[in-house]
Amino acid sequence: MSEKYNEIPMAGNIIEPGNSLKYKTGGWRAERPIHTDETCLWIKNGTCGRCWIYCPDNAVVLTEKNGKYAYAYNYDYCKGCGICANECPTDSIKMEKE
Amino acid sequence: MSVSKDKIKIEGLTGDAAIAHALRQADLDVLSAYPITPQTIIVEDYQKFAADGEVNAAVIPVESEHSAMSACVGASAVGARVATASASAGLALMWEILYCAASMRMPIVFTVANRALSAPINIHNDHSDGMGMRDSGFIQLYCQSSQEAYDTTLMAFKLAEHHDVLLPVMVGIDGFIVSHNVERVEMLPDDAAKKFVGVRTPVQPLDPKNPITMGPLALTDYYFEFKEQQDRAMQQVIKVYKEVEAEFEKLTGRKYGIFETYKTNDADIIFLAMSSMGGTAKVVADVLREKGEKVGVIRLKMFRPFPTKELAKAIGNAKAVAVFEKAMSFGAATNPLALEVKTALYGTKSRPIIANFVVGLGGRDVPPMTFVEGFEKTKEYLKKGEAPLYETLGVRK
Amino acid sequence: MAMDFARGITEFRWHGRGGQGVVTSNQMLGKAALAEGNYIQAFPEFGPERTGAPVRAFLRISKAPIQVYAQVYHPDVVVCIDPTLLEVVNPTEGLKPEGTLVLNTSNEPKAIRDKFGFKGGKVVTVDASTIAMEVMGRAFYNMPTMAAAVSATGIVSVDTVIEEVLNRYPGKVGALNKTAIERAVQEAKIG
Repeated sequence: MSEKYNEIPMAGNIIEPGNSLKYKTGGWRAERPIHTDETCLWIKNGTCGRCWIYCPDNAVVLTEKNGKYAYAYNYDYCKGCGICANECPTDSIKMEKE
Repeated sequence: MSVSKDKIKIEGLTGDAAIAHALRQADLDVLSAYPITPQTIIVEDYQKFAADGEVNAAVIPVESEHSAMSACVGASAVGARVATASASAGLALMWEILYCAASMRMPIVFTVANRALSAPINIHNDHSDGMGMRDSGFIQLYCQSSQEAYDTTLMAFKLAEHHDVLLPVMVGIDGFIVSHNVERVEMLPDDAAKKFVGVRTPVQPLDPKNPITMGPLALTDYYFEFKEQQDRAMQQVIKVYKEVEAEFEKLTGRKYGIFETYKTNDADIIFLAMSSMGGTAKVVADVLREKGEKVGVIRLKMFRPFPTKELAKAIGNAKAVAVFEKAMSFGAATNPLALEVKTALYGTKSRPIIANFVVGLGGRDVPPMTFVEGFEKTKEYLKKGEAPLYETLGVRK
Repeated sequence: MAMDFARGITEFRWHGRGGQGVVTSNQMLGKAALAEGNYIQAFPEFGPERTGAPVRAFLRISKAPIQVYAQVYHPDVVVCIDPTLLEVVNPTEGLKPEGTLVLNTSNEPKAIRDKFGFKGGKVVTVDASTIAMEVMGRAFYNMPTMAAAVSATGIVSVDTVIEEVLNRYPGKVGALNKTAIERAVQEAKIG
């Protein structure tokens, strides 16, 4: 953020596609989501996925391998907004202080 | 390389028709516009060229001027050569996108038949629309005649698309006074005009093979730096304009300058005016000179960027400058043109007296006698050693 | 001391009604003058065209480039293509004392001089209404009135005007206009 006017692209153009990945918004987080597998419908049978749909930062990572379902957060980008915890129908996500 | 005389086509054309021919020869990719008097003939004629297959451009009729300028920005972003036309209320509706066009550095040529703004509704000439957009970041060139409108439109593309500039250009003609006035116009052969304007080489176009993002968010951390860039591009305009015009002069023998000086060298009083009024001022100066009055004229063509230093030099040791202008800046110290002229002269040693006459609003005719009246008043102010900040002339009061 | 801001320029003012071709004939005469190597300005009194409303148009013709951009206040030639307008406007207003007044009327020049008290210059009358109706069958008074103005002033040759008219209206319309123009040149009365 210390570049001068002549060290940045013309007119604010973003000339490197996908460079938002470089901006790790995880540092904004005051609370982090903690997920429990026991009651989660995704872990149980690969359904629901509301947290994944609603996450504004694509920070919910749902995977499946050989019929086994796994759940994770990408804490590089999770801002700790709590939408996932709010949306979870089985209360499987709790927000905890960082 | 000048063009041989037998290849020059001489036609009687209105200012609008002359501009339409220049747009035809400039080999546009896209023209997007919404009709409004007194600009309408520009787009009508151009659409005729398109319908007759004389041009290859995509003509995009839109539902409003806001959309017209938006379509121009989009087309210009992919690297197209783009033009539009408007006036008055139409120009006002473009407002938001004028700033986008300039700050996204889109070299759009915007021809305007300058017209008064409502209310009351009025279709006639003044410079309220052009002066209203003066801070939008557009280059502004005001023309006296149909010939100059044709010439300037061709030059505008080269100026706008120059890599040191990359800014949109407004080419202004006085609504009706020039837009609907049939005059003698010399036109270049199509191939010579096309060669002069050349092909646009975009610097950073939108291209699926090399994706970029244009017009994103820039907040407190970067916005100011982009404005710094924009301002510096504007500072390059006078230099590039002179280069473009020198090339044009070689081809046609015609040049106008960023402003035209007429009998200013020994002048005590200088009339300063833009567009068609500048022509009338020259005729008045001739007559007054025969009566022994040392009068000269500066007809300003380039209002943005304002040629501050050059103008101060041209005014030189004149004792007074009588600024005639067709716009009012309600509540301002004085009016747009006079404000700039005063600023240009503040730092000079001679500091001539500046009289400011607002004339011709809503198309009120500005006959030679209006200049004579302004001249007499300016002489009085010289005697008194001071002039009012501004006054209106030619209005019943 | 009067100031002349139109030196070397011949200035015309036209009177007519919206829809009668004031603007067109003004432009056509201008283009004829252009074809003969002149600089011109041909412009209407700016406004939205309203059929039947009195309208004016102006023409400047000069050997040198024309710098003045304003309406014509002291014309050398006034052309009025609608006889009914003579009851509404005074066509001699501002007309130079040595100027030419050209009217579409069945009256004699002397009657016109008496009506408007115009003593100088030339008064040219032509019954353009009758010519137009007889030749073209429609109320196109503008071309025969213009023809009278051209022949009386000699500002351009009648042939150049006919050429411009044929360029603009190829075919039958042009041919009829040509006949009307030629007849008006014959029948115009100067007094």
